[in-house]
Amino acid sequence: MLDEQADPGALNQTGIHQLISPDGHAVVDEELSPFVEDVDDAAILGLYSDMVAIRRIDSEATALQRQGQLALWPPMLGQEASQVGSLRALAVEDFIFPTYRENGVAYLRGASLAGIMSTWRGSANTGWDPHAINLATPQIIIGAQTLHATGYAMGLVLEGKDDVSIAYLGDGATSQGDVHESMVFAASFQAPVIFFCQNNHWAISEPVGLQAHAPIAGRAPGYGIPGMRVDGNDVLAVLAATRWAVARARSGGGPSFIEAVTYRMGAHTTADDPTRYRGVTELEEWGAKDPIARVKALLQSRGLLDADGEAAVTARANAVAAELREGTITMGDPAPMSVFENVYTEEHAILDRQREHYGRYLAGFTPADGTKLEGSLS
Amino acid sequence: MSKLTLTQAINAGLRKSMEEDPKVILMGEDIGTLGGVFRVTDGLMKDFGSHRVIDTPLAESAIIGTAVGLAYRGFRPVCEIQFDGFIYPAFDQIVSQVAKLHMRTHGQVRMPLTIRVPFGGGIGSPEHHSESPEGYFVHTSGLRVISVSNPQDAYTMLRQAIKCDDPVLFFEPKRRYHTKGEVDLDADLSRAPAMGASRVVSAGTDVTLVTYGPLVPTALDAARAAADEGISIEVIDLRSLSPLDYGPIEESVRRTGRLVVTHEASQTLGLGAEIVAGITERCFNYLEAAPVRVTGFDIPYPPSKLEKHHLPDLDRMLDGVDRVLGRPNSASGL
Repeated sequence: MLDEQADPGALNQTGIHQLISPDGHAVVDEELSPFVEDVDDAAILGLYSDMVAIRRIDSEATALQRQGQLALWPPMLGQEASQVGSLRALAVEDFIFPTYRENGVAYLRGASLAGIMSTWRGSANTGWDPHAINLATPQIIIGAQTLHATGYAMGLVLEGKDDVSIAYLGDGATSQGDVHESMVFAASFQAPVIFFCQNNHWAISEPVGLQAHAPIAGRAPGYGIPGMRVDGNDVLAVLAATRWAVARARSGGGPSFIEAVTYRMGAHTTADDPTRYRGVTELEEWGAKDPIARVKALLQSRGLLDADGEAAVTARANAVAAELREGTITMGDPAPMSVFENVYTEEHAILDRQREHYGRYLAGFTPADGTKLEGSLS
Repeated sequence: MSKLTLTQAINAGLRKSMEEDPKVILMGEDIGTLGGVFRVTDGLMKDFGSHRVIDTPLAESAIIGTAVGLAYRGFRPVCEIQFDGFIYPAFDQIVSQVAKLHMRTHGQVRMPLTIRVPFGGGIGSPEHHSESPEGYFVHTSGLRVISVSNPQDAYTMLRQAIKCDDPVLFFEPKRRYHTKGEVDLDADLSRAPAMGASRVVSAGTDVTLVTYGPLVPTALDAARAAADEGISIEVIDLRSLSPLDYGPIEESVRRTGRLVVTHEASQTLGLGAEIVAGITERCFNYLEAAPVRVTGFDIPYPPSKLEKHHLPDLDRMLDGVDRVLGRPNSASGL
């Protein structure tokens, strides 16, 4: 399952499970192939369409940030297979604890595009009800959500449920204490949690070699958790690996750790300048392993993607982009007094006093046209 | 009514809460088989099972972080942090997650955690076992912070904390764990004083002495000693540290014109600072003298042979009272 000699940078792909080669050929993998036997041509086309759609979300959001419509955006370019393959292995009852970069996951889980953008615009703390779609809000504290996923899964054990939880994390997070504590707790309580680590090679400017001197998935067995390394740019392999972990969790097998070896083709966020720390050679090398191009080649080689099919995929992506743009640029600003909302579930004398004072303060400003500021008290 | 120690009262409060709500679970180090290093959870694993009284691995961040996940799932975790000084590994989860999740999710996810923390000094312990970290949590929006001083409050307020849908830091004065008091175990919770309410525990007319947790009995002793000299001290037990309930303090200071605040925690940016500022804003025209703080010093907690110099005791409280009264026998100008 694990090649201890593999390069943590994974430029050497030894020991990494794969079902579709970068040039679009199907590969047989003894361990993983059985998990995707039911994935027919239509299903592969669906995965392809998902990836094209979330790449379009990424480019549209990046453009909106450049146009001043979003405060920040964390690109997911290059990681589409990891996001789509893992999400599509889950049932809707399974609870997802994402990082800030799983915006493709959020879209596919059912979050509205405007909702997703609202947090990146700075308009809202969340864009969806976590309980409504079994998706936590994007976690910005690195690794913190792995404990939440573990605790959620402990709850599933206490309730005797066969749902699972999944924690998304990156290679940088694997240096955080919370991630290690998560694996200790998950193993101790045999919690049905999946640690889905996207090793995208970069934690802002720090290469994965700074976080790990051996394959990251190799850490899991030390905690008594099986680890699997999978080609994170291969949507079918990611789907299969996640199904493997889901099957283990549902059947009482406890936690699993997946290292999806992928690459962050874009910047860390729109505020980052990766030309300061990495060269074009690496980008070219990974560009040749593009997750979407390989599925497209596979589909075309099988005669499954004609001009009409491609047009339909493009049409969906364009519609998604249009909805995203419209939802973002027409988004209203939050009411000033909403800063006081939801800090507590019940009254709080100190905050209530501050709210009252600020309300009166705002009410003192009457615009020349006589209108009142939204949210002011009188 | 039953005569219980503070630990027995907390134990009874946990038991009652677990009986009332199957979603209440306990988590912490050594709380199960051992019953906790202070025996607060004694017998609960035996009676409720290891699925409701969970001995966790030794990782405070994980205790709180997994409790967050359990709360997502609908549980009401009561986490024990074994000693005050062990809470810092969990600080990120408490401050960045527990305190913020309700607001982050627009009120859609609730975090009804209760985090129990034995705190304060006076028991001759080594480093990290005698600290008073409550100020960090009072400073953090989204949390409620309470500290109890007697068995009845411990029983009642713990039940209130567990029922509260906001996260509550519950500070237990460990040096008062063996203090006995009458506890009404059948009292109607809906008729009990609100969890956020402070209380006058000894009426007086000359000086208002405000404190909480372990120093409440000391303050009451100080009031009795002062009475021998003809000085009448009103003692207020804050009970709730966040939010602060200024009502009884304001009412008292308007009568006495003199305020002393005392706590074990160090002085700078502590509760004394906040209360003095809050009362100065609210009652400036009633003050007859500058308010006085009698607190632990701004030092890391000292070796136990020195802790009596660090901790406010009866004499230092009375010295503060002398200062706020402008009495010539005041020994210090601090």
